[in-house]
Amino acid sequence: MSVGGYRPGRRLGPLMVITWLYVLWSLLPVLIAVRISFNSGKSRSSFQSTSMRWYWEDPASVWRDQALQTALSNTLKLAVLTMVLAVPIGVAMAIGLQRWRGRASRAANNLMLLPLVTPEIVIGVALFLVFTQIYSSIPRGFTTQLLGHVTFTLSYVVVIVRGRLLSIGGQFEEAARDLGATRMQALRLVLLPQLGPAIFASFMVVFATSVDDFVISSFLSTGASSETVPIKIYASARAAATPAVNAVATVMLVVTLAIVAVGGLAIWAYRRNQGATLGSAAAATGIGG
Amino acid sequence: MAIPGTLWLVALFVIPAYAILAVAFGDIDPILRTTAPAWSPLAWSGSTMVDTLGRVFGGDLGKVFVRTGLYAAAALAGCCLIGYPVAYFTARRAGRSRGLVLGLLVLPFWISYLMRMLAWVNLLQPDGYVNAILSALHLGARDHNWLDGDWPTVVIGLIYGYVPFFILPLYAALERLDERLIEASRDLGASSFSTFLRVTLPLSVPGLMAASVIVLLPMCGDYYTNTYLTGGSPRTEMVGNQIEFFLRGSSQPQSGASLVIILMAFLLVAMGYYLVVIARTQREGRS
Repeated sequence: MSVGGYRPGRRLGPLMVITWLYVLWSLLPVLIAVRISFNSGKSRSSFQSTSMRWYWEDPASVWRDQALQTALSNTLKLAVLTMVLAVPIGVAMAIGLQRWRGRASRAANNLMLLPLVTPEIVIGVALFLVFTQIYSSIPRGFTTQLLGHVTFTLSYVVVIVRGRLLSIGGQFEEAARDLGATRMQALRLVLLPQLGPAIFASFMVVFATSVDDFVISSFLSTGASSETVPIKIYASARAAATPAVNAVATVMLVVTLAIVAVGGLAIWAYRRNQGATLGSAAAATGIGG
Repeated sequence: MAIPGTLWLVALFVIPAYAILAVAFGDIDPILRTTAPAWSPLAWSGSTMVDTLGRVFGGDLGKVFVRTGLYAAAALAGCCLIGYPVAYFTARRAGRSRGLVLGLLVLPFWISYLMRMLAWVNLLQPDGYVNAILSALHLGARDHNWLDGDWPTVVIGLIYGYVPFFILPLYAALERLDERLIEASRDLGASSFSTFLRVTLPLSVPGLMAASVIVLLPMCGDYYTNTYLTGGSPRTEMVGNQIEFFLRGSSQPQSGASLVIILMAFLLVAMGYYLVVIARTQREGRS
């Protein structure tokens, strides 16, 4: 830090060094883990030579190991179905909370915020107990995991969409109503298209959050048939693990980054089309995760 | 339109939360030793709760609570030391590279938490890169096993896991700071260091507190970071491990449920303190 006339970004100050060292520290280990997934040997700590052994050659590879296949498909199914359920319910809830005034609305609003500040283990225990003690007719495993994932991602959707609703304001819908549109038409033809970026952002955040979740999936898992990739990674601490664990983690990383890239592109294209009129959806993409 | 979402949260958040209370204050079937939840508050019995409280205050679980608090405090201190300069630089000094830095700071959000831990498990193996670097620098034994229940491994793991969630809210707070106040301080003759100490830092306290709460809440309920990084060593056991054990490893859900309530009580005290501080700074800001 200099006295007077600091030009941002020009000089190599200690803060800049710390920041770039941090970025390196936060990302380099993951890159090494990705590299190890291409190891030709059995070691997870040192690299021999590049091969696809742990992706499809070895009997214990991602492609051949039945348990890893199950975990991968469970994780993806869970994430996609969570998106399909949480995003529409969350969008409707955000619109509803925006219009519905009164004490019940405030209560519903506070209720919606609670899962965001509740430690995951508490949600996990609560769901575990309720599915074993009350809703015991629901088959445990995948179905209960799905219900759990929707519950804790719903609030992210509401928060993201509501931010966008606030920046849009009510005037467009009012104009549509004045021009003779019904309530449903105004919603479908005017409001929903404007919510585009927030909806894409919600899809991205819900997918990444569901794919990342360990605690809730694990509390509601019933064994091998309902294991997910995070559960598999976690279990590798005790078993004699191979780079196949790195490989399955890498596959999930690539899928997540691809979804995020597609979502980001969709938002970018949308805003270009709209001439970047309203609000900032980019801000919304940074909210969850 | 908010009705489906609200009903969903009532059915799958409120009722489950109540189930924790009903199980914690419920009875234990005298013959089957299974739990019998008490759904009506009139039927609540405090025996399990008294039992668990006795184990927390002065019993074997007390040590676990203290350890959880120490780990969380040490990791929070680490988050502040690393996170503050990074957030400060990105928000106020990065200039044209801000977009790039911000993108790199957000990147860990899209990488699964357990994959980031897996990366460290790879590095910290006895024959891994960390030991190779340390021995090349003559700083440690070549074959030290970091994954055998060392507390520094757990604390560093927690910092690594949670610091991205700390930096982003702090960045948002620092970015919103009123530039005019900082300029005024400089114009009135304060050095840039004393401006930071007497203007920027006090103004960023609410953001710092918010960021701290955001990482403290999940860290106090964490059980997978320490288990994963130490192979489940009892020397690094945290409260979350006990909760998980009571519910899944043994058939004592009522003890697990009462432990959850005790943990939440501790966290609510911390949250209450946070809200008091925020209210106070807002009052001062207005006067």
